[in-house]
Amino acid sequence: MSTIELRELTFSYNGRPVLERVSCAVGARERVALLGANGAGKTTLLKLIGGTLRPTCGSVIIAGTPLESLSRRDVAQRIATVPQVFSVPFAFSVREIVELGRTPHLRTFAGLSTADRHAVEQALHLTGTQELSHRIFNELSGGERQRVVIAMALAQEPEILLLDEPTQHLDLARQAEILDIVSDLNQSKGLTVLAAIHDLNLAARYFGRLVFLHNGSITREGSPSQVLRSDLLRKVYGSHIQVLHPSGQSLPIVLPLSESELRGGQVSDRAGDTKEK
Amino acid sequence: MSKSESYIGFGPQRAFLLEISALLLALCLVMVLAAGAGAVAIPGREVLSILWNRLGLTQASSYWPASHEVILLQIRFPRVLGAALVGAALSCAGALFQGLLRNPMADPFIIGTSGGAALGGALGVLLAARVSLLGFGAVPALAFLGALGAMVVVYRLSRIGGQTPVVNLLLAGFAMSVILSYAMSLILILNDRLQLNTRVVYAWLLGGIAVSRWSQVGVIALLVLSGTALSCAFGRSLNALSLGDETAQQLGIHVERHRAAIIAVGAVLTAAAVSGGGLIGFVGLIVPHFLRLLFGPNHTRLLPLSALGGATFLVLADLISRIAIRPTELPVGILTAFIGGPAFLFLLRRTRREYRF
Repeated sequence: MSTIELRELTFSYNGRPVLERVSCAVGARERVALLGANGAGKTTLLKLIGGTLRPTCGSVIIAGTPLESLSRRDVAQRIATVPQVFSVPFAFSVREIVELGRTPHLRTFAGLSTADRHAVEQALHLTGTQELSHRIFNELSGGERQRVVIAMALAQEPEILLLDEPTQHLDLARQAEILDIVSDLNQSKGLTVLAAIHDLNLAARYFGRLVFLHNGSITREGSPSQVLRSDLLRKVYGSHIQVLHPSGQSLPIVLPLSESELRGGQVSDRAGDTKEK
Repeated sequence: MSKSESYIGFGPQRAFLLEISALLLALCLVMVLAAGAGAVAIPGREVLSILWNRLGLTQASSYWPASHEVILLQIRFPRVLGAALVGAALSCAGALFQGLLRNPMADPFIIGTSGGAALGGALGVLLAARVSLLGFGAVPALAFLGALGAMVVVYRLSRIGGQTPVVNLLLAGFAMSVILSYAMSLILILNDRLQLNTRVVYAWLLGGIAVSRWSQVGVIALLVLSGTALSCAFGRSLNALSLGDETAQQLGIHVERHRAAIIAVGAVLTAAAVSGGGLIGFVGLIVPHFLRLLFGPNHTRLLPLSALGGATFLVLADLISRIAIRPTELPVGILTAFIGGPAFLFLLRRTRREYRF
């Protein structure tokens, strides 16, 4: 049984279709990247799975149970989301933010139990944010913040982790750091991971399966080397994207071509040991 | 606050208990001081002895003039308690709305409550103070209804497709405030033409503790205490809601239900405050701010602390308003603005903690 199953999922916003009959299945402990141009519907799809949006048609099935038959609390105990934008209006400390991840497990008036506290410690530990726990969230750097938001999601002790552009606005090293954490969680904690991501190279390196959304439906899915092909990329992004295969590396490297390169038409010959497929 | 012990949720927590006790002590001190001060000065020791005796805790023979006891029981105690309750309600409601609207400028008056209350009060004057309900004249009773009514209308208007976006709420509230306040101006002008007495309304609009009877204290206490207790129950939801609707929803919170409930609690608190003290500005804004800077933004602590802090602040402000230019009473609203405004500006400059909204 798949952990996430999408059946003919359709979502329209003000009569304009955003997603049309999307069907897809994500297995337990799988790590899937959701790719596609801006506006392809990646965020919408994640919100439909996370239950913050309701589909116009079709359904989301979580481990055999339709999402609409689960309470908000049940959903929050199973699915955690790292949103694209996470803004904190007040000077909450990192620990306070991470503790909020326990919300779906707490009774209305109860405080944190030993188990709750343990989950919080664990989340801080797994994301390497223990030393930050007394700091004010808003005073942290972008990479530190993103780790804290992941820690908050982990404190929910979910089975499924949804990430919306987790590497956005981060430098190269921080991007790798975040995705390393996510991969570790997927392997050590058995989390099913679905992430919307823009960087195709990172997606190829950190995710076993890539799913391409285009015009509201899934155009292609498969392993990085199956999917990352220039014809598909041209179709999806509407621009010339070169797929290089450096010798000695199993994964391709994807590069957008600049206007001048396109006109010169000499790029593919420049790197001697690469060939375009 | 000891940060290492901080966590979200109620619990046997020493730092928080210390903060609460400190504020409670401050409130008691200020209340005794305020009860003793006035045209007839009564020493604090006497105030306490009379209080203990009345509560049946002691059987001390009275060494004080009987008039003092009458002054305390008939005038000062209801007044001081009224000020404390109004302050607690304003400040608690302020903390609620600031958290809910994720906006530091929110206070009990932002979502149209002020306009509704003012209009209700003005109508109360037109209808003359004939109607009386549990010791409240028509003015505060109609203010109460106006505040609640305005809030319900604003909330309804800002709902779109089953959701209530915060920006809609703020904008609808602001528009409603403006409409209502000009409607009130219109009534005052017409009233003037009709040669009716508008001084009552003006005085009431400036803010002043109007609680003078025990029955009033009782009604307000019931509303304020239950409102404050309910607010505290929503502390954790507010923490989640202040991260935004979507995040709160992803944390398993029923955003719409919780928001409606929080608004209702805020409306009750504001209406109680308006009935007891007219329009007193700044308390709901500065007290939660001040306490947030001191003790952090965690609403499970901030809400009870705000109630106590607001009570202390308003008792003190009311005390000064009574004795500053004796025998005339200064409207307490002027005082809260004069004390609160500069204190707030000072804090804003001094604080090193970043505020990002």
